[in-house]
Parts: sequence; structure tokens; C-alpha cells
Amino acid sequence: MPRTPYALLLWLCFASTALAEPASREMEASLAKSLQAVRNNHLDVALTEVDALLKSHPNFKLAQLVKGDLLMARAQQIKGFGSAANAPKDQLQDLRDEANARLQRVQQQQPVGIPQYLWKMNEAQRYAVVVDTSKATLYLFENVRGEPKYVTDFYISVGKKGTDKIVEGDKKTPLGVYFIDGHLNKQQLDDFYGSEAFTLDYPNEWDTRQGRNGKGIWLHGTPSDTYSRPPRASNGCVVLANNDLKQLGRHLQIGNTPIIIADQMRWSDADDQVNRSELLAAIEQWRKDWASRDTETYLKHYARDFSIGKTSFSEFAQQKRLVNSAKTWIKVQLTHLSVFPYPNQEGLVVVNFEQDYSSNNLSNRMHKRQYWVKREGRWKIIYEGAA
Amino acid sequence: MLNKFSGMAALCVLLACSTNSRADDIQDANKLLKQGQTAQALEKVNAVLASKPKDAQARFLKGLIVNEQGNAAEAIKIFTALTDDYPELPEPYNNLAVLYASQGQYDKAKVALEMAIRTHPSYATAHENLGDIYAKMASQAYDRALQLDKSNASTQTKLALIRDLFGKSARVTKPAATVVAAAPVAAASVATVTPTAPASSANNGDANDAVLNATREWAAAWSAQDSAKYLSFYAPEFNTPDGMDRAAWEAQRKERIAKPASIEVTLNGINVNARDTENASVSFNQNYRASHLKSASHKTLVWVKHGTQWQIVEERSGK
Repeated sequence: MPRTPYALLLWLCFASTALAEPASREMEASLAKSLQAVRNNHLDVALTEVDALLKSHPNFKLAQLVKGDLLMARAQQIKGFGSAANAPKDQLQDLRDEANARLQRVQQQQPVGIPQYLWKMNEAQRYAVVVDTSKATLYLFENVRGEPKYVTDFYISVGKKGTDKIVEGDKKTPLGVYFIDGHLNKQQLDDFYGSEAFTLDYPNEWDTRQGRNGKGIWLHGTPSDTYSRPPRASNGCVVLANNDLKQLGRHLQIGNTPIIIADQMRWSDADDQVNRSELLAAIEQWRKDWASRDTETYLKHYARDFSIGKTSFSEFAQQKRLVNSAKTWIKVQLTHLSVFPYPNQEGLVVVNFEQDYSSNNLSNRMHKRQYWVKREGRWKIIYEGAA
Repeated sequence: MLNKFSGMAALCVLLACSTNSRADDIQDANKLLKQGQTAQALEKVNAVLASKPKDAQARFLKGLIVNEQGNAAEAIKIFTALTDDYPELPEPYNNLAVLYASQGQYDKAKVALEMAIRTHPSYATAHENLGDIYAKMASQAYDRALQLDKSNASTQTKLALIRDLFGKSARVTKPAATVVAAAPVAAASVATVTPTAPASSANNGDANDAVLNATREWAAAWSAQDSAKYLSFYAPEFNTPDGMDRAAWEAQRKERIAKPASIEVTLNGINVNARDTENASVSFNQNYRASHLKSASHKTLVWVKHGTQWQIVEERSGK
């Protein structure tokens, strides 16, 4: 088992002094400060700092471990980070991982860019959440006149076995574009899940199409005796400290807030913006072509491997030809358009909108979801359905 | 292991006990306490205190007695009052610390020991106890970090051990003025076993060399943290400190020798005094340096030749 000596942890930690940080950020800064004092051989300062930290958060196990080391160093020579005798190695490794993750978070600059996954939020989506599992971090972005603006971020834990969930019980966190679809309060939850939970719509249409399964992927809190858990700890859920979840929860809208889980955050650049414009144009063209009743042109927007459940492209096309032939006019209006590219899946985008359809013999309004893919330079629809 | 509970001898030295009837009464009370007759001991001490309510020695002994009777709260009160009235004495602080530690109040124990060290920077018992307190606090923190049930159990065992040692309490401990760190607590006022026969002048030169070698090997074994070899230097009749059980003493030595990452014991100013071919005493200045503790002390080893081997029958600290 690799041992991370203090020295290695320490060069990572340079105090950051961001203003009005959430409590968790202050705690991380305090932890880093304590470890930096260790590096400067100010063990008393280090202990004072970690003691102050533990006063407000006695269940912060990583801080308890550091405190143990600082005290043990006074009693005898210690071997390195986490010198508890008879300690289970995996638990120590977990806490080392948390120390590494948190120190990297302290060192990290506050993001100034926009993630590649937020091409367009709709006007009702006030916030969006992006998780970067490689950094054990959840970012919150606010929709400011259509532009995502960084608000804050939180330390999180994900699945014990990492990411890219495939089957039930694989202890992995899914990667993809999801939406908050429910809330559970403390009374509905076992203490293990903390103060509250927000449920995610995993598996979504794309997951099902890929044959992925499992269920019950949530954002939830920590048990009452635990401030935070190691970076990889859950059975697939995203876990936040209870006070962090409370702060985040105020911004989450059931059925509306997107939560995009990536294993490596990618930030938007010029190429990304070109792609974005192309897709927005393709969506508008699809709408126009549908309204024009030129069915063959309209059907060109659909990929050959398009399907809705068991309905294949040819069946879908046949039905559209039949329906459209009976129309003398069609009007299609799209509102509340949101566009979220998939992480870890180049050229796959989730598109949602309110569709206002009217024609000479039928009118309806629905919430539609489409998955668009980029095939040989052209954007095509690979799935569509009511959402 | 937090087991250094300062007894009466320490205080006696510092306060230069007078030889009046009060001193006799206190000695009697001390004896009664040793015999486990705590009620009678308390009666005697209370009688002394009736006429001399401020008497430090009597109050100190009363603290030991009431603790022996299981009244730790009262003992804490007594030792606390002693630290208020005699802040220059390290022993009441030390005992206060031991009592706090036995209640799991390590923060308070730590403060008390720090006070003992402030008044007597070279007070080895307090240093050693403070090291133990840190280790205990560390293990508490580790427990909270890792939820170690095992280490919980070990903490409890240690505390139980302290109570056992209290069972043999009111023992004579080394004077506080001497410094022996992580070394056996040498009995200060126990009668020496050295024969009183005048030193024979017959060829003691060989004995001189042999004892000198043995002393150096003893220090080397200690430095090498080879406790088996180190313990082999002690004769079966060795006077264990405080009349401790031999097995318990050996276990304690083994633990203390194994615990530091390194130990370095150097001797200088060695003075060998061979009384005859089979009895000798060696005095020296001992510099003890362990990973987190340094101390210097003056020590005397009394050696006896068993067959071909020289062995230690007594180990004294101080001049």
C-alpha cells in the first residue's frame, strides 16, 4: 500500500484566502494551515489549528487523525501520516486519500470558465450542478441571464469502485447528464444517508439504451457521527457533508436542476462554442423542416440507428410519412430549450424543450427530450420522447 | 503507561521532615496505608491535620489515602489545594495528573503535568507521564478518526492498570530531585544491600575491569534496545523499584525500552568501587537520549558476582 508521507501532502498545500467561503472551504483551509505548520515545524501551531477545527466539527475524522499524529509525535517518534497502531490499513488509506483530495482543493484556483456541459440552461433553471469526480468536487453554477456563473463548490464522495456505473451493485457512480427528480427528508431516511437526499433520474434513456441498470442514485448527506467520508466511499451515490448539502439544497429545483457527473471536468473553448452553435442551428432547422411538411428532409435529422424503445427508425419514418400526408399545415414552437452535452461521450447531447405543436387536425403541448449525436460532421437525433 | 504516582518520600526530601512526633504520626499513617488499613491511616492523618491544618506532608498523605479508599474526587480536591498552597512542589501536580488521567480527563492531566514541569523542568516522572498523556490523547483522536474498538480496549486496560498500581500505593518513590528518565525508578530510601564489611584491598583490579565492562555492556544493551540482554544484567535478588513484582517490572522495562524509536545511553565520569572480588558499586553520570526525551542523571549500580557473571542487585539514582 503506498504511503503518502506528510512531505508529499505538504507541498500541495498553499493557503488560499477566498472570501465568503462556505464552512467546508474554511475547514479545508484550516486543515491545510495545520499541515503547513507541521511542515514549518510549528507543531504547537498545527495542534492549535486542528483543535480549533475539531471544536466546531468533532466528527471530522481526517482532522482527528492529524490531531492523533501531532499528539503522538510528542510521545514518540512517528512513522508518518496516520501513525495509529493497529489501524485498519484501508481506513488509513481512505483518510490519506481524503487529505490529498482536500489539499488539492485548497490549492486549486476558483474556476473562471464555463464547463463544456452547460451549453444552454433554460430560463426556469436557476442553477446547474457539475460534479468532477477526479477532484472530489461538486460545482454549483448560477444561470445569470443565460450564462452559467460559478457560485461555489463542495467536497464530495463517490462510489467505492469509482465511476461509469454499468450494473446494479457495482458500487460505481454513473457518468452522464441527470436531473434532480425528488427529495427525501430526514424522517424518510436512515441516519446513514444524513440529513436529506435528492434523487437522480438514473438510469436515463441513454443508460437504458446502453443496457445500464441499477437505481437509487442520490445526492445525500453523511451519518450524524461523520463529518465527511473518503473520496471513494459510497455505493454509487454522491455524498456531501450535511451542512454543505443543506446549502446546496436551497438551490436545487426538483424536476428541473441538471446534475452532470463527469470524471474529468472539461472547460469550454472556441471549438466547443462552434459545436454549440452548430447544434443550436440544427435544432432550429429540425423544427423548421418539421413545420414545412417536407417529411424526407425532416427525417434526414434522424440517425439510422435512431429508436424509441422498440420502435426502429424505419417504423418511425413510415409513421411520420403517414401522419404528415394528412396535414395541410403544421406549426411547431419550442420554448424552455436546454442543451447539455454528455461528459465522457464526445458528440452526444441531451436536449430538452416544451414543444407546442399544432396542425389542421391535431394540437398538443409536451415536454420532449432528445439525444443528439454528431455523425460525420452533422448533428442527428438518436432518441426522442416525452420527458 | 501512566503509573508514576509520587509517594511520600519525594515530598519528605523536599520539605526536610522534622523528627518530631508529627513526623512519627505521619510515618505511622504511611505504614498503615501500606498495610491497607486506610481507615486507621486516615484517622492518624486527620489527627495531625487537626493541630496543623496546613501541613503539606499530612495533606499529601491524606490525598493518597482517600484515593486508596476510592474517593478520587476528594483526592483531586486535596492535591489541587496543595498545588495552590505549594505551587513550587511538582508532586501534587503529578498526582493530580494521574488522577485526572484515570478519569479520562487528559486535557486537565496535561495541564497539571505541564505545571509540574514548569516548576521542575528536569522532573523526569512528569516528563514521562506527559509523554503517556500525549499518547493517550493521540489514541483518543485515532479512535475518533478510525473508530478503533481495539484501541479503546487498550486505553481501558491501561487505566485499570493504574488502579492496580494504586493498590500498591503509598510506596516509596525516588526523590523528585533526581532525574531518571525512562529508567527504572530507583528506590531511594530503601536500605541498601551493600555489605557493610570494609573493602578488602586484595586484587580488586580484575574486579574493577570486569565490573566496568559489565556496566558498559549494560548501557550498550539498553542503547541497542535489546531488552533480553539488558534484563540479563539484573540479579534474581535485584531490588525492584518500589518493591514492584519482578515480572511486572520486567514487563514495564521491556515496554519502555521498546517504545522509543531509538535510545542512546552514554556514561561518563565512571567511578568503580570494588569492595572485594565479588561486590562492587559503579557510579556514573548517565545521559539518556531517546527519540523524544533527553535526560541526565547520576546513577549508582551495585554489582554482585554470581559464578562468573556480574549482576546488578541495586540501581540507585541521585548522589
